[in-house]
Amino acid sequence: MDLVVSLALQILYGIANLALISLGLAIIFGMMRVINLAHGEFLMLGGYTVVIATNNGVNIWIAMLVLAPLVVGVIGVVVERLLIRWLYGRMIDTLLATWGLSLLFIGLVTSIFGASTATTISPPLGVITIGAYTSSGYEMFLIVVTVLLLVAVYATLKLTTLGLVARGTMQNAEMSSALGVSTSRIYMITFGLGAAVTGLAGGLLAPITGILPTIGAVYIAKAFITVISGGMAILAGTATASVLLGGVNGIVAFLTGPTIGEVALLVTAIILLRLMPRGITGTLFRKSL
Amino acid sequence: MQLKRRQFLASASAAALASPAIIGRAMAADGIKFVSILDQSNGLDIYGKPMVETTRMAVDEINDAGGLLGRPIDLKVYDPQSSIQLYTQFATQAAAGDRADVVHAGITSASREAIRPTFSRFQVLYFYNVLYEGGVCDINNFCTGSTPAQTVEKLVPYTMNKWGKKVYIIAADYNYGQITAQWVQKYVRDNGGDPVATEFFPLDVTNFGPTIKKIQQAQPDMVMSALVGGAHVSFYRQYAAAGMNASIPIASTTFGVGNEHKLISAEEGNGMICAYSYFEEVDNATNKAFVQRFRDRLGDDAPALNELAARAYEGAYIWAEAVRQAGSTERMAVIEALRSGVYYDGPSGRVQIEPKTNHANQNVYLAELKDQSFQILETYENQPPTDTLLVCDLVADPNQSTFKFENGLKAAGIDI
Amino acid sequence: MRLSRDFRGTLIVAFCGLAFTLVAPEVLEFFTIITLSQVIGLAILALSLALVWGFGGILCFGQTAFFGLGAYAYAVTATNIGGSTGAILMAILVAAAFAAILGYFIFYGRVSDVYLAIITLTVALILYSLTRRTSGPEYKIGNALLGGFNGTAAPPLNLPGDAGTVLFPEDTFYVAMIVLILAYVFCCWLVRTHFGRVCIAIRENETRAELLAYDIRLYKLGIFTIGAALAGLGGVFFCVGVSRVTPDVFSLSQAAVAIIWVIVGGRGTLIGPILATFALHYLTASLGSQALLNANLVLGIVLIVFVLLVPKGVVPSIIDLADIRRQRRVARSRERRLRLRRTRNGSESAGVAE
Repeated sequence: MDLVVSLALQILYGIANLALISLGLAIIFGMMRVINLAHGEFLMLGGYTVVIATNNGVNIWIAMLVLAPLVVGVIGVVVERLLIRWLYGRMIDTLLATWGLSLLFIGLVTSIFGASTATTISPPLGVITIGAYTSSGYEMFLIVVTVLLLVAVYATLKLTTLGLVARGTMQNAEMSSALGVSTSRIYMITFGLGAAVTGLAGGLLAPITGILPTIGAVYIAKAFITVISGGMAILAGTATASVLLGGVNGIVAFLTGPTIGEVALLVTAIILLRLMPRGITGTLFRKSL
Repeated sequence: MQLKRRQFLASASAAALASPAIIGRAMAADGIKFVSILDQSNGLDIYGKPMVETTRMAVDEINDAGGLLGRPIDLKVYDPQSSIQLYTQFATQAAAGDRADVVHAGITSASREAIRPTFSRFQVLYFYNVLYEGGVCDINNFCTGSTPAQTVEKLVPYTMNKWGKKVYIIAADYNYGQITAQWVQKYVRDNGGDPVATEFFPLDVTNFGPTIKKIQQAQPDMVMSALVGGAHVSFYRQYAAAGMNASIPIASTTFGVGNEHKLISAEEGNGMICAYSYFEEVDNATNKAFVQRFRDRLGDDAPALNELAARAYEGAYIWAEAVRQAGSTERMAVIEALRSGVYYDGPSGRVQIEPKTNHANQNVYLAELKDQSFQILETYENQPPTDTLLVCDLVADPNQSTFKFENGLKAAGIDI
Repeated sequence: MRLSRDFRGTLIVAFCGLAFTLVAPEVLEFFTIITLSQVIGLAILALSLALVWGFGGILCFGQTAFFGLGAYAYAVTATNIGGSTGAILMAILVAAAFAAILGYFIFYGRVSDVYLAIITLTVALILYSLTRRTSGPEYKIGNALLGGFNGTAAPPLNLPGDAGTVLFPEDTFYVAMIVLILAYVFCCWLVRTHFGRVCIAIRENETRAELLAYDIRLYKLGIFTIGAALAGLGGVFFCVGVSRVTPDVFSLSQAAVAIIWVIVGGRGTLIGPILATFALHYLTASLGSQALLNANLVLGIVLIVFVLLVPKGVVPSIIDLADIRRQRRVARSRERRLRLRRTRNGSESAGVAE
């Protein structure tokens, strides 16, 4: 029983982890149809922000929750202004541009900070004991944060004027432009927001993962597969795909081993896309966000 | 002079291995060609960058002291960017284009296995300075890094005595991890212990939650880790986050060679035990001076030193010593000198080539991690590579160029 | 008339390639020839993607799956039967068969667009995970050990029917170049056949093509399978050049660079991606031989500048440029003629007035 509960929590964490690393990508892809191959590097930059900030004496919570999204958000806006905005409507070219961007970030960070950077932080919040099993308090915290983040994004899209305008732009850019909306500004804000969410995710993962300039490559494929499997709806898609893929991965990894767990995740994604060729939200929950 | 195809064919045949080099070398007073091929970008740079720095340092020092045989050493460094294809390309370029006198190259066994045949074919002396799973038996290839019989064989009994007999093994899912895990199983059984489970992880896994639950379920006395690379650092952090490092301690055959101990905080790493043939903290005058020179060279940005970095430095010096003794850079002369018992007293102590295997007899240190640095607990001097010695005898049959553990340990006739 | 002029271009390119093949071993260094053989394998991969994506309109992000399968099939078969000719056929067959099955699954399931890209990429990544998993003596096909992360040795090419006579590196280079040229000519021919033109029509407008009663699923499957067979062939020459095949052939970065070659060379051309492969590989290799700058840094900047300045890809941009020049020249000569006529008319009229 203890095992079941603690394993369930663990799988829940695996799901939250997948949703966390994918959400920023989903915002950028869902709203703008831009495939951001530098997504992994945005995560890495979030992590680096936390490591560098804490090494310079900044409080870990401030570094994770404020600095990481702020820094990466600003980087996102700069990238959008200098690069992405020339490429709207040219989805394939954004592939090449953001791949170049990803190499550039890896190269820059390696050139500035070296191949690895020492860190002093460890996960706060201690340990939760369930019978004979222990779980990380910080991982439970991450589950909560992920849920809050999803709610926050939902509220922004659903309740604010910005969200309304953004959704309108997403549905029909020309029409909203004709109605006096500056689509260029909306795209800039959306890209910045997506980057900020990604930076936050990277920052939050910093205490429980290794932070290296090349670590982004580890996340990018999984985040992509999650977002595409989810389909067009940013929130419902990411959430349902994370539950499905993260759940399969966690259970199979526990029963067999991590390699088969990874393969099971990928196979599930393929079967899913065969059954629902436009992602989960292309078939189910079509009205959702 | 261009290498033509008939010569290439001749050099490709195995019989030509022992004959003098066919490729003519410019023997004027120009520099001796020393080529280094090590990853300095993408994934493996955490290992490669410090190695390149210490190689440069060794070559500069030798040149400042008047060079070798009155000639300077020309160092050429290639960055294969963690790609096997670029490894083979640069290896060919070093051998056929640069006409290298010696090549020090390779980090992963995959890269070594990809380029080793090239150097045999072109008859270019090849050094591999990285700790690995053992088993290379190649007259042309000198493997100076430590092997499991030198390190794991010490690490397993020490930690089992300290912590208990039930060992949970986790390892990276590739050849190094698989073979090292077999060595660990063997040594655990040899010492009357029980390897309760063995699990392998792809190199890009970052979520170790399910495994940590399995470890809690199995309740071993200790965990033995042969995890590799940046993504796997996450294991140690998540293990600590679950409070496990307080109850079930970890020993590792790989932790620290990529400076992982700097990538996790002090409280996460404290208490971990590792064994290598070099730690930055090794206490002798040579090492102190070596570390100081390295710091002076690179300033504040200097990475921590580990076995790979130190051995890249010592490997260059062992080769230089052999050239001095041979009085020539001619390949067979240098190989004979190396195999006649050349040694170098470096930062890690004495490193001496063992002629049956072309591996090295070397000191092994056992250390515990405390506040992001290692405290040396035990020193085992002059350890021979007994694992490779089981399967390889180049004295009896020098015409060999194989990797004996390619099929695993059982196929090589070793009981595990 | 127009077709034959197009095909003349193909033949000119083929002859240039042939000339290069004959001259290269005389002028270039030996190690460059060996390296070129590897890059030719990659160029065939780029060509296959240029066909499938540029002309079939199928964004196959995981073209490397077929490339890698071809390489592994070659290595395993050649190790087992001891000769390379059958192994090459096997490589092509395995890649094509796998693509046919996968393609049936995809096209008859009506998966398209970015979803198709992700499915193919995922397949490549699955193969990446699985092949890396195969370290250990139990993963053996006949005599060939798969070798996991370390990969497995790929035997060199030999004369057909005579396994004992191994080809020299220069001969391997000749064979690879000739195969590349033939593959190029084949693709140029293919896109001009009825089949090829239907594929282009589907690329331009699926619905319209379907309304004209073409079974677009079948045509897509066809070009996808042919592309995969070519990619498998590319895998053969790549692994022969490297003399080893490792799971890296299936990795995300390998899949991405294949896409990049096609974008840089220009979609909708066949020669562009081939040239881009050689150029970008040359750039990557030169970055690896210097210690001043981080290789990723430079490569990243080059790609970004490229996307901003040459958005269509090199070859289409050159063609555009040439077109503009030609148009300008035509316009200028027309103007000149007009002016001439006008002056003549003027003088005539002046004459009349006189």
